[in-house]
Amino acid sequence: MSQDLFPADSAATPPEDGSRRSFIKQAGGILGLALAPPLLSQAERLTAFSKTVEGVTSMTLKVNGTARTLQAEPRVSLLDALRENLDLTGTKKGCDHGQCGACTVLVDGKRINSCLTLAVMNQGKEITTIEGLAKGEELHPMQAAFLKHDGFQCGYCTPGQIMSGVACVQEGHAKTDDQTREWMSGNLCRCGAYPNIVAAVREVAGKA
Amino acid sequence: MNNFSYTPAATAKEAIGIRKDKKDAAYIAGGTTLLDLMKANVEQHPQLVDINMLPFKGIQETTDGLRIGSMERMSDVGENALVVQQYPVISEALLLSASPQLRNMASIGGNLLQRTRCGYFRDPAFPCNKRNPGSGCPAQQGDNRNLAILGTSEACIATNPGDLAVALVALDAVVTLENAKGKQRRVPLLDFHLLPGTTPQRETVIEPDELIVAVTVPAAAHARKSHYVKVRDRASYAFALVSAAVGLDVQGGQIRSARIALGGVGTKPWRAQEAEKLLIGKPATEENFRAAAAAAVRGAQPREHNRFKVEMVQKTVVQALQELMA
Repeated sequence: MSQDLFPADSAATPPEDGSRRSFIKQAGGILGLALAPPLLSQAERLTAFSKTVEGVTSMTLKVNGTARTLQAEPRVSLLDALRENLDLTGTKKGCDHGQCGACTVLVDGKRINSCLTLAVMNQGKEITTIEGLAKGEELHPMQAAFLKHDGFQCGYCTPGQIMSGVACVQEGHAKTDDQTREWMSGNLCRCGAYPNIVAAVREVAGKA
Repeated sequence: MNNFSYTPAATAKEAIGIRKDKKDAAYIAGGTTLLDLMKANVEQHPQLVDINMLPFKGIQETTDGLRIGSMERMSDVGENALVVQQYPVISEALLLSASPQLRNMASIGGNLLQRTRCGYFRDPAFPCNKRNPGSGCPAQQGDNRNLAILGTSEACIATNPGDLAVALVALDAVVTLENAKGKQRRVPLLDFHLLPGTTPQRETVIEPDELIVAVTVPAAAHARKSHYVKVRDRASYAFALVSAAVGLDVQGGQIRSARIALGGVGTKPWRAQEAEKLLIGKPATEENFRAAAAAAVRGAQPREHNRFKVEMVQKTVVQALQELMA
């Protein structure tokens, strides 16, 4: 999944998942592979999951290409599952009410606020977080552009901004600065790094 | 957020059956309103029924108009070519709503049921007749800048939020509901939302055993030539202070049909039919637009902090009609 997010013309190095940040991911991956459900059709998923879930139960999320199982109540948001259960703390909790965009992740390729969806609802879907963007040590072009253009100050909103930026470019909504500002408006930056964020997103859009 | 059980429903019958037996259970589609309100303790539900797998999909041209499945997402409808070309006011209203992330999540059915942004409703520390019937309405004398000036009552002045319903009510949209027996009924969106009166807790005519299946919109010249203008405190990603959905059919210099609906000012999506009537048979001039806009706010009852909306919404109607004719 992560390699699909790179623009088509970027160097196609295979995803060597050997970076320092991925020890946990790897450990999870080995376990996850063993438990990974085969790709299910919607009908199969219905049969598999059409039952009431109550209290702490086991669920499987496919995050950054790896199936991960966790134990959680149905009320646990996707955001909390990523951060608290899977130790993927790159995705940030800002407002927890869908007003700031810090929790933005991609689900089946679309950007969403992970604070306003339940983990249990996202089984069988492809979830991509900020940790899934880089290919090993090679930064995703959007990450590199944020560094180059200084698209942040404190950095708290940055993972959400980058995830939203990746989607914004993929959607074709970053053709002009005005369009970029409008389609990035779901991500707030209290430090006010907006001009540099727009510059970063526009640069990647220009190369895409 | 209270704990709850979770049931993914495979069929509408199953989903409706659960809610019929357990009236305080809730359906979850996008979750963007529901989980927000549950986290704020404004709503508590012992069970959530996931309806995302129900087949209420499709954005289709029918023999007499447009049909949108209730489970379609705001983003998909907003950028649908048929909607963009034949019903621009719907596309514009959707794409000026919320944020790209929320639009990717929120369903059309859920959007029509989204609840007010009144700060007193959203904070359980305060009394609120909508949240806790009979407890009172601090908004009447309190911070009412964002609240309604039309359709208000002594019990509630909460604004119906959102943009889509304003565009849809302008275009005579009809909501299709299905009940536990699989029986469907069609309700004009104009009659779907209720005025608060003495029962602000009841916001729509939908029964506990009903689900929204689809929304249909009749094709019309005033739908093809339609437009949405939204005025906010910031440039994007905010609820409307005021908004206007307008549509015109102008032939030979005369207005043949007109549609005007207002957002941000009513306790329900506000159709201004008296204003529309004033335009029929007249040329599309600024003077006539101003007269119509004045008629649209007749009877408005502003409170201390929202008086500005009376003038602002008139200017927004005029601007929307002028941009439409430009």
